Amino acid sequence: MNIITGNDLKTGDVIWWTGLDWSRFVKDATDVGDHGEAILHREEAARRVNAPYIIDAELTDDGPRPGHIKDRVRALGPTVRPDLTLKPADPDAGEWVI
Amino acid sequence: MYQYDQYDQKMVDTRVEEFRDQVKRRLAGDLTEDQFKPLRLMNGLYLQLHAYMLRVAIPYGTLNGKQMRMLGHIARKYDRDYGHFTTRQNIQYNWIKLEEAPDLLAELASVEMHAIQTSGNCIRNISSDQFAGATADEIADPRPWAELLRQWSSFHPEFSYLPRKFKFAVIASDTDRAAMRLHDIGIQLVHNDAGELGAKFFVGGGMGRTPMIAPEIRDFVPADELISYAEACLRVYNRYGRRDNKYKARIKILVHELGAEEYTRQVEEEFAHMKELGLNPPVEELARITEFFADPAYDEQASDELDLSDPDFALWVDQNVSAHKQSGYAIATISLKPRGGIPGDASSAQIDLMADLAEQYSFDELRVTHSQNIVLPYVKKSDLYALWQKLDEAGLAPANLDLITDSIACPGLDYCSLANARSIPLAQKISERFSDLGRQRELGELKLKISGCINACGHHHAGHIGILGVDRKGTENYQLLLGGSGAEDASLAKITGPGFTEDGVIDAIETVTDLYLAQREKGERFIDTYRRVGMEKFKEAIYG
Amino acid sequence: MVDAIRLRDDDVHEEPAVSLESFLDQSNATAVRIEAGEDARQLLPYLDRLSLIEVSFPVFGDGRGYSSAQILRESGYTGELRASGDVLVDQVAYMRRCGFDAFAPDSPINPKHMEEALSRYEHVYQATSDQRTPIWELRHG
Repeated sequence: MNIITGNDLKTGDVIWWTGLDWSRFVKDATDVGDHGEAILHREEAARRVNAPYIIDAELTDDGPRPGHIKDRVRALGPTVRPDLTLKPADPDAGEWVI
Repeated sequence: MYQYDQYDQKMVDTRVEEFRDQVKRRLAGDLTEDQFKPLRLMNGLYLQLHAYMLRVAIPYGTLNGKQMRMLGHIARKYDRDYGHFTTRQNIQYNWIKLEEAPDLLAELASVEMHAIQTSGNCIRNISSDQFAGATADEIADPRPWAELLRQWSSFHPEFSYLPRKFKFAVIASDTDRAAMRLHDIGIQLVHNDAGELGAKFFVGGGMGRTPMIAPEIRDFVPADELISYAEACLRVYNRYGRRDNKYKARIKILVHELGAEEYTRQVEEEFAHMKELGLNPPVEELARITEFFADPAYDEQASDELDLSDPDFALWVDQNVSAHKQSGYAIATISLKPRGGIPGDASSAQIDLMADLAEQYSFDELRVTHSQNIVLPYVKKSDLYALWQKLDEAGLAPANLDLITDSIACPGLDYCSLANARSIPLAQKISERFSDLGRQRELGELKLKISGCINACGHHHAGHIGILGVDRKGTENYQLLLGGSGAEDASLAKITGPGFTEDGVIDAIETVTDLYLAQREKGERFIDTYRRVGMEKFKEAIYG
Repeated sequence: MVDAIRLRDDDVHEEPAVSLESFLDQSNATAVRIEAGEDARQLLPYLDRLSLIEVSFPVFGDGRGYSSAQILRESGYTGELRASGDVLVDQVAYMRRCGFDAFAPDSPINPKHMEEALSRYEHVYQATSDQRTPIWELRHG
């Protein structure tokens, strides 16, 4: 699947396009198929996202899993500070990244 | 240390307001990201892996308790309660909000701090020797010269859109504690035959994709020509540095492609023109700055004796405490490399404690080292025990300065969008594997440096043992390098051979350290044995 | 492109700027344009004759034009020195300091923002072509 990610302009939060708006959680990311460019440009121009780009992701039971480890780190948070990730209570969250 | 006058203060305050206006225009859509990016970079604000990252400048690594306390406050109020000290003596925060950045910078300005030019294609923080002003082996304190260059380079209108970033280091001893030869411009203060103080210029060093040791360009530049000479070096670079390829845009490539002789010729030609232009501050200005770096009010009666009956304290003194030029005093290094910890990170509580300790025990001064540790430069020997006890309570007293667990590690793929591999978990695992202090001390001085990508922010080319993280078909892989040094015996590490998994490279490090122990001759450090024995033997041991 | 913004009192120079190559061929042009990678020093023998030198900024990140401007002013050029191309309001203050006194940006610059940018910094650390008194001189008189 193709999903769009970027950062919130004001806060810098990593965000994912849900089809309607932007979520901090990659599980909410929607497949944009071939239409990503148009969406991305529109959203960036409206300043609802900063520096967006399209990535390849695999649809798994846990939801979309970005193809590149870099975006998986972005999706979760630093593997070396689990307390600062989006899943601080889950000790195995880092496994999903690697 | 230097204190702002009304002019310095006005400059940083104005810069805050300028940036506030630029942020407002960005949020309103009057500036695109492409237009805004170089402006925010010149204020140290990156868009990084998790959020905006802010790099705050700590000029030549020197700060006082009040400033340190502000860094702790910033961590708590604007970030996630910790900061990361970098290989350029700065501090980084990883979770800054753009909309809060102007207020943050205003708070920094209130204690004479800023994030000006800590990124962007301009002149960056000028680094120096963390023992400056306290060590017996310097011919003068290099920091007044660094301060003169800092002011000259700040808001420089001609050099704010260079081909690439530009880094200076200034030292004043033959012992190089600042990796001076691996900078775009490295300066060593020297005396001429008449006994006058001047600057020896080395230009064209650097790490990154193509590491190079800077050649000497000029053996002596007097104080009153320092600025015009630096101008000449920069102007030649600004005009002729490559702009066609980001990875060939540093001055080291220009110096290498022209040859040091031709680059020098061009600089001297430009300098001959520039020295007549009235660019140089009068010598009174360097004298004015130098007064701020006078010795603290040492207690001349301070005892040089030290009670080492506490064995843990004795180990810490042996490893982390360095000789001071003043009798009765010592230089203490606070290691930010606890067992299994993240190199260079400090919590806001630890930062506050270090601020307090500096005020109490070090004439209110701290230094950041390029190895990501903190130095208290003016500690009375009779205070060392009390200091150590407080550090130990806070996890700030690992006795591992310059040992294998005192590694440099870049933020790596956990934090940095440029990275190919994570570097911190590797540093943590090595720290655990070699946690036995006896074993570490047996190995002795061993500078381990880890980079998560070829940009080499972890200085792996300058490691006695260096590790480079790479992306091998989508998985993290690690190359092992040996034989580098960022000290006065500067050399570039060489790769051993095919790369390893994370566990594989740690095993390889053990193989290499075991070989050192088997091969070493009396007094040899790891790097010495490696240089004598050669790469082949190490390769054989690793790869069989 | 929009009309040039000029910080000079004299009249706009009417003659169009020729390329450096043409200029060095012709002996009577009074306006020349140099590209980012061209050597401003080639104009030094002709400064008396020149009323307008236009320096190109193909992208605002290409900072070679700042050195070109400084070199020309340091060598005594007093005519119009115009920065043209990808010139944004956030660069004009530094351009002014390097000796530019006219701007021909690809996109319009809001005059109010420009005024703010040019007057924002009360002090300067370096001695440059705009002849402003650097802070070190204020300190030591």
